Amino acid sequence: MRTSRTELLLGRVLLAVALILTLLPLISMLSAALQPADRNPTGIVWPTDPQWGNFITAFEVGNVWRLMQSSAFIVLGVVPASLLIATLAGYALGALAPKGGRAILIFFVAGLTIPFEALIIPLYYQAQAMGTLNTPWAVIFPLLGLFMPFSVFWMRAHFINVPRELSEAARVDGASIAQEFRRIQLPLAVPALSALAILLFLWTWNQFLLPVVLIADPLDRTVAGALTFFQGQYSLSIPLLNAGALLIITPAIVVFLIFQRQFVRALLQGAVKG
Amino acid sequence: MNKATTGPLHSAEPQQPVATGSTPTGPVVAVAQPLRRRPVRRAGSRTAWVMLLPALAVYIGFVIAPMLMGLQYSFYDWNGVGASTFVGLENYTRVLTDPVLLASILNAFTLIIFFTIIPITVGLILASLIRSMRQGPVSSIAQTILFLPQIVPLAAAGIAWAWMYADTGTVNQFLRAVGLEGITRSWLADYGTALPAVGLIGSWVLTGLCTVLLLTGIGKIDGSLYEAVRLDGAGWWREFFTVTLPGLRQEIAVLATLTIIAALSSFDIIYTSTQGGPGRATLVPGISIFRIGFTQSDVGLASAFGMVLMVLVLLVVLPIQRLSKVND
Repeated sequence: MRTSRTELLLGRVLLAVALILTLLPLISMLSAALQPADRNPTGIVWPTDPQWGNFITAFEVGNVWRLMQSSAFIVLGVVPASLLIATLAGYALGALAPKGGRAILIFFVAGLTIPFEALIIPLYYQAQAMGTLNTPWAVIFPLLGLFMPFSVFWMRAHFINVPRELSEAARVDGASIAQEFRRIQLPLAVPALSALAILLFLWTWNQFLLPVVLIADPLDRTVAGALTFFQGQYSLSIPLLNAGALLIITPAIVVFLIFQRQFVRALLQGAVKG
Repeated sequence: MNKATTGPLHSAEPQQPVATGSTPTGPVVAVAQPLRRRPVRRAGSRTAWVMLLPALAVYIGFVIAPMLMGLQYSFYDWNGVGASTFVGLENYTRVLTDPVLLASILNAFTLIIFFTIIPITVGLILASLIRSMRQGPVSSIAQTILFLPQIVPLAAAGIAWAWMYADTGTVNQFLRAVGLEGITRSWLADYGTALPAVGLIGSWVLTGLCTVLLLTGIGKIDGSLYEAVRLDGAGWWREFFTVTLPGLRQEIAVLATLTIIAALSSFDIIYTSTQGGPGRATLVPGISIFRIGFTQSDVGLASAFGMVLMVLVLLVVLPIQRLSKVND
């Protein structure tokens, strides 16, 4: 009993250290952001004269509003369509189980390990050939494909767990596949779908490589992709760079804090299923 | 344009069938489930294929087709605009013999120490010490904080840490405060420390995820196992190796897979913190491919490197999948 109390205490202390180390870089960013923009800041200092105006400057210089709009457009292009397409495929594989379905599943799962870097060169020339290069579509189309293995796998995992009796009962009552899908399967899939929506939002919002390569104008990129532009724009002012970076990560953090529970669950399940 | 596609999802009537409560929302260890299924009717086969069509179309169109294009490019010498010449396996020979490119592969493997080994080890130690976090405000705040690095874009993590590691940054400030003035430096600009420093950014990003996932896993281990091993007089050490570690095999395999892929295909963090420098100290395959393909316009070589990276990831990750399933 005594040993386990020591362990518990040790565990608490280590946890506290881990929590502090996790927060430190973010606090350090905030500290830098609040120091005078025209001087080289120093580490973490108590802001005696916090320069909140840095955030306004960063917002304007960095065209943050325009960036948020571009990001939102890309997210709206990727997430709803992915959900719809993956739901159809997940239902087909999980509930209907057609002949050859297993091979298709393996075909999708194989895509889970592909590093985006391995495809970025051909994706560039593909976008060029399609005429989408330097438009949001250059990022939206590939992301639909790149997220599809995970999304299909995720939705299939949901549908395979829905008791078969439910759909059989519906069939006995004379429901068509379409009716059964709409009336029974979709309502049941809401938790799985919302978790997937959260993950896809986050992955799209934070996507960096594709927008950097495929969209030349940083203002048309996702906010994460625009961070390179910030680095150039604010290269002379570390406080402004940090203020800009904080502005960019805030929306994701706010969404995270609101949907915290769902987020954590989605990320944990996402990690394991992925 | 995409608005229309959301229609069917949102119009689903919320008439929840009675069975909702009993529907598993997807157990956390879904991978553990056997993929085999009981035989079912094949009547819906045709419908199923129609439903699969859109997913297959985007996957083949934007993943498989580019992959085949990349494979084709990798056999050519092409600058992206002019004529291309078939060169056979020459690009692959270059990837596997060029010291600069090999060094970038080696760097990626070194990053595994920081992206995989450190986060999983720390996660295991923390999880086995805390074992179960009682539900409450403290545990939920702790979980929230541990997850923050997962929410921050990796590119922003690179910027945050570049500032931490700067001359006047927080790391040096701390070192001066504890009297280690002598070792302060610009950590990312120093040849000897740049790679570990970048690696630790990865540890920062991934440790929270590993800890929370392992804690969840440890909560599912049968408590009587711990009591039994304690009754046998085992200490923390033996308990860890006989109960905790075997019980978490599945979670560890998953985390190892995930973090190794992150290490081998790192790009964002390095792009915004060091760009591969100083010199080539933090050059990794992702950055190399980007530079060779878009700065040096050697499309063939960059594509070949992409193929090699893809195969490397598979070679490292596949045995882990095997391991995790051995005794199931």
